[in-house]
Amino acid sequence: MEKTVADTIREITREHLTKNNGLLLGQCITAVGWIQNTVPPNAPGLVELPMSDVSGPGFAIGAAIVGKRPMLVLRFQSFLWLAVSPIVNYAAKARDLWGKGVPIFIRAIASEGKGTGPVHSNCFHSIFMHMPGMRVCAPMTPHEYQEIWTAFLKQDDPMLVSEHRRSYLSSAEMPDIVHDDADVTLYAISAARFTAVEAVELLKKENIRCNLVHIVWLKPFELNERVMQPLKKSRCGVVIDSAFEIAGASQSLAYDLMFAAGVPVRALGQFDRCSGVAPHLENGTPTPQRIAEVVREMVRNKTSQH
Amino acid sequence: MSQATLQSPSARSADFGALPQLAETSSKENSIEMFRRMCLSRFFDEQAYQASKEGLLKSLIYLSAGQESIAAAISTVMSGSYIFTQHRGHAPYLCFGGDLEKFIDELLGLPTGCCKGMGGSPCIQDPKIRMIGHEGLIGEHVPIAVGAAYADRSSRVVCFFGDGAVEEDYFFGALGFAATHKLPILFVCEDNDLSVLTPTRDRRTWQIHDIARAFGISAIDIADDPWLVQHHAQEMSKKLPGFLNVRTCRYYWHVGAGQDGPPEWDRFALVQEKLRAMGLGARAAAVEKETKEHVESVWKRRLQTQSAK
Repeated sequence: MEKTVADTIREITREHLTKNNGLLLGQCITAVGWIQNTVPPNAPGLVELPMSDVSGPGFAIGAAIVGKRPMLVLRFQSFLWLAVSPIVNYAAKARDLWGKGVPIFIRAIASEGKGTGPVHSNCFHSIFMHMPGMRVCAPMTPHEYQEIWTAFLKQDDPMLVSEHRRSYLSSAEMPDIVHDDADVTLYAISAARFTAVEAVELLKKENIRCNLVHIVWLKPFELNERVMQPLKKSRCGVVIDSAFEIAGASQSLAYDLMFAAGVPVRALGQFDRCSGVAPHLENGTPTPQRIAEVVREMVRNKTSQH
Repeated sequence: MSQATLQSPSARSADFGALPQLAETSSKENSIEMFRRMCLSRFFDEQAYQASKEGLLKSLIYLSAGQESIAAAISTVMSGSYIFTQHRGHAPYLCFGGDLEKFIDELLGLPTGCCKGMGGSPCIQDPKIRMIGHEGLIGEHVPIAVGAAYADRSSRVVCFFGDGAVEEDYFFGALGFAATHKLPILFVCEDNDLSVLTPTRDRRTWQIHDIARAFGISAIDIADDPWLVQHHAQEMSKKLPGFLNVRTCRYYWHVGAGQDGPPEWDRFALVQEKLRAMGLGARAAAVEKETKEHVESVWKRRLQTQSAK
């Protein structure tokens, strides 16, 4: 059986706890199958936190200051709003203020659908991009997870790892799709990468050819050759994200891309409303249909301009 | 010691929690050393006050003056510990032996400052004495201090904060975690009865030492007499976690160079008086003069360095 994202996280954690003298702090670690099977049961260095959503991240920061490189797990990203103060006010400022970073690895788990509704269907990585001193990434494959973990160990800044439950059982790597004559370039973030793959297939049947560039690092977001070249050729793009669209990662990246390439780039994320528990009231990652609709419109506009 | 034999002054008084003969039975060296540390902090703050008045300091300063006896006493007990303070950290920094020149340079915004000019008065750090910087949000360092105590059981931690910080919700989470894991941390509340200028009675009905006790942490509520603080810190340090609520008086404004009015008491003057009564007046005066001259000369040199640039 191939190694899934959940397997990868569990193995990295086990190694960190057993060989690296690390810590993993979180609430209800033993619940829901050891957090969807991402935590090694009974490993040393597991810290069951009380329901201390605001002070809990402070404990992790203190552990980092004395040399532990702790992992902090938040089972739902909605808890980030409580956790955020010590992370952005203290940890993210530490390197600039005191010349020494605070290396905490924050596993924040996004989820949606299945009746999770207003409280538990949320994805909030965007707010952390705002803060100097934070690294923000959203790995969705086993290899990517291994890479961001290695990056964490090499540098001391705090890292917000925006995980998504939709990735946990996946073992697939997700290479970019690039055509010489694509009509549009899609940039996909978090679970939107899975729906974007479906959208590309859907649009192919309508003879709309899409590039698909996968984005793992939201901050720093590098406008390198891999990212820019497909957009320069396709002359239009869409950034798709599982988080809210307004003032979110999709708008931020779309701005950078648009400015750098001088071509229109749309942002697409969650609608500007609360998610409901009933299936017809959900508000999650843009569906393949919603992505396809935006792409059709962009391609239509592009054609009409020529 | 039976409390019943003592008068029971109000909590806001210089004699609150007093124990008889503590100073008199303490060694002369110990008494003089605590006073020397108080002098270091007081004369430093007077220089900072003056420099601020004259416009030589451009950033906000949070002076410890009036409260320095607490850090002077605690530093004799908890040396070698990780030190966490909040914005009013001048006294802990100096009493534990933080670098004087780097401190002044920090207030002057120089790259040679202890935070390279980034943090100023509320953010001072000195890795050599294991003093960890604060970012300015009151009480936010308390969970961080507790996390440090959890992760490094081979060290002790001392954490200073004020009576406002203990009202922060995350403060309770931190106390609870320290109690649950019996962490080697001494909590020290420098209780000046003021959040900026709002007195405690307008903010809450409860006492923080009662909360600490409810968590199972040994806690005591006393005034800032250095011999008394030292005595209780020594007792508590044998079985941490412990909680000291120390009633004290801020001599200057919450922030900046100014005074709201005369303090309820001035511990510095009371200690001078006590040392004289104990026959240590001449030694105390010599320490005072020597420390004052030292602090003033370093300030003068750093100010000249700055103006030369």
